[in-house]
Amino acid sequence: MSTLTATHETPETPETAPAGRGRPAYRVTGRRVLSSEWAKLWSLRSTWITLGLGLLFLVAFGVIAASHYRSGPGSGRPAERDFADATAVSLSLFGTNFAQLALGVLGVLVTAGEYATGMIRSTMAAVPRRLPVLWSKAAVYGVVALAVATVGAFAAFLVGSRIVSGTPAAMGLGHAGVVRSLLGAGLYLGLVGVIGSALGALLRSVAGGVSVLVAAFLLVPGLVTLLPSSWQADIDPYLPSHAGQAVFALTHDSTTLSPGAGLLVLLGWTALALGGAAYRLLRSDV
Amino acid sequence: MIDAQRLTKRYGGKTAVDGLGFTVRPGTVTGFLGPNGAGKSTTMRMIVGLDAPTSGSVTVNGRRYARHRAPLQEVGVLLEARSVHPGRSARGHLRALALTHGIPRRRVDEVVELAGLGSVAKKRAGAFSLGMGQRLGIAAALLGDPQTVMLDEPVNGLDPEGVRWIRNLLTSLAAEGRTVFVSSHLMSEVSLVADHLIIVGRGRLLADTTVRDLVREAGGDSVKVATADPARLRDVLAGPGVEVTGRVGSEELQVTGVSAREIGLKAAEHGIPLFELTSKAVSLEEAFMELTRDAVEYHGAATGETSGSAA
Repeated sequence: MSTLTATHETPETPETAPAGRGRPAYRVTGRRVLSSEWAKLWSLRSTWITLGLGLLFLVAFGVIAASHYRSGPGSGRPAERDFADATAVSLSLFGTNFAQLALGVLGVLVTAGEYATGMIRSTMAAVPRRLPVLWSKAAVYGVVALAVATVGAFAAFLVGSRIVSGTPAAMGLGHAGVVRSLLGAGLYLGLVGVIGSALGALLRSVAGGVSVLVAAFLLVPGLVTLLPSSWQADIDPYLPSHAGQAVFALTHDSTTLSPGAGLLVLLGWTALALGGAAYRLLRSDV
Repeated sequence: MIDAQRLTKRYGGKTAVDGLGFTVRPGTVTGFLGPNGAGKSTTMRMIVGLDAPTSGSVTVNGRRYARHRAPLQEVGVLLEARSVHPGRSARGHLRALALTHGIPRRRVDEVVELAGLGSVAKKRAGAFSLGMGQRLGIAAALLGDPQTVMLDEPVNGLDPEGVRWIRNLLTSLAAEGRTVFVSSHLMSEVSLVADHLIIVGRGRLLADTTVRDLVREAGGDSVKVATADPARLRDVLAGPGVEVTGRVGSEELQVTGVSAREIGLKAAEHGIPLFELTSKAVSLEEAFMELTRDAVEYHGAATGETSGSAA
């Protein structure tokens, strides 16, 4: 027990300045809370693993979809319905469905993980005003998810477009709307990450946060198709997943929102989730 | 300096803290005593703003905790519940907290050494023993060089070496002029370091006193003395404030109000031989049990048990 011996030698002289005299002027600022959250994010192994998975899903599934297209409809055989109007963009971004799960779940972990482990008590004792922690977590993680997803989207497109070159789906970066689509995909996944972290803070439970995330992005869209079609048209485009798809889709029709409108709707959902999280953070005991 | 006024916390129908008022002053160690479930942890959580009081208020150095610009510099707290992410290293944990206040890396290294965590600072906190986890919590509490140090059951899980380390640490922090507030459900533990005592039961204040006063109120110190001539010794010792008891025909007497030293001197002066002269401090534990008996019995009765002989 070498550690115990080491401490035994120093108990009478804690290396602390006498209280009240010559004390350094510490202070909590928004920027410092940001840097603390940045350090917290990268000091956990789960961050690296989950971001890696998100990136892998994004690139791998894009490449798989492009390869599938090339060996199927792209080679001149009768087109499958799903692939009828496929483009290099839609094929390469096929992985967003899976990447949104990884990035959304990590968002939930960033906030709900602190409640699950008890870390939140240390965090809130250091920043008792509380709200700067929520904004910092959402901002830090949102930017990281945005960066990873944007890199992934461009990587998926560069590989995918090479695979489908020479087929009807072929497209280059210079093609109208392609760069906007790829940036849109990064933005969408970044906002999914922010929504995940807001849900985690709102529900204070990893399981609860992930469930609501999956329900909102995967289950509800399926349930809406069971509604009468007149209702469907009013609800469907405004769901967070469909509004998000409008942000990064290359082509739009009467049943989808424009990229700008889609982004506004998605930002609305994000603000709603963050607002709920902020309300609970201020109102409930930690 | 911690100042609580009519502090109350209700969870649904259950009242955890009930109109608690007390002041914790700098320069001494103040023990916060009470049986389990007396509301000690809840009170400490309210002091650092983790729980909002249902009514009443508590301030630290004249302000609510959350209103301070550098809260970690005002109060360093060790909570009873684990407050560390198990996936982060000890140093990573302290560093993250330090960054919120602009506390330099040097200070992080200092508290790591101070808590004896030097060799395990890079290990994941989840792999720590209970005692090491406790040391990490104390390192975090001291990080901001706080004026007030508040520790909830700090000796939990510590080995005897660690317990002694905590005692020395608390005494030296108080000697530096800091406010030290330590909770425990064991009187024996607190009485070794604390001068002042705040005793609670069922969320209410039972006593706000000093160790010395508590002993005196509980009957004070007594001296056991054995002699060949108890009747004569009785006469010799008689005086205001002195009480002598003993069974008829026994050589032993119980004396309160006079020190063993005075008894010896007086006996020698009058040539009375003594066979035994023993100072017997009243057990603080007994005094504490006496004070909190009602609070404990309430819980016993509530669960359908009887605990009449507990005290």
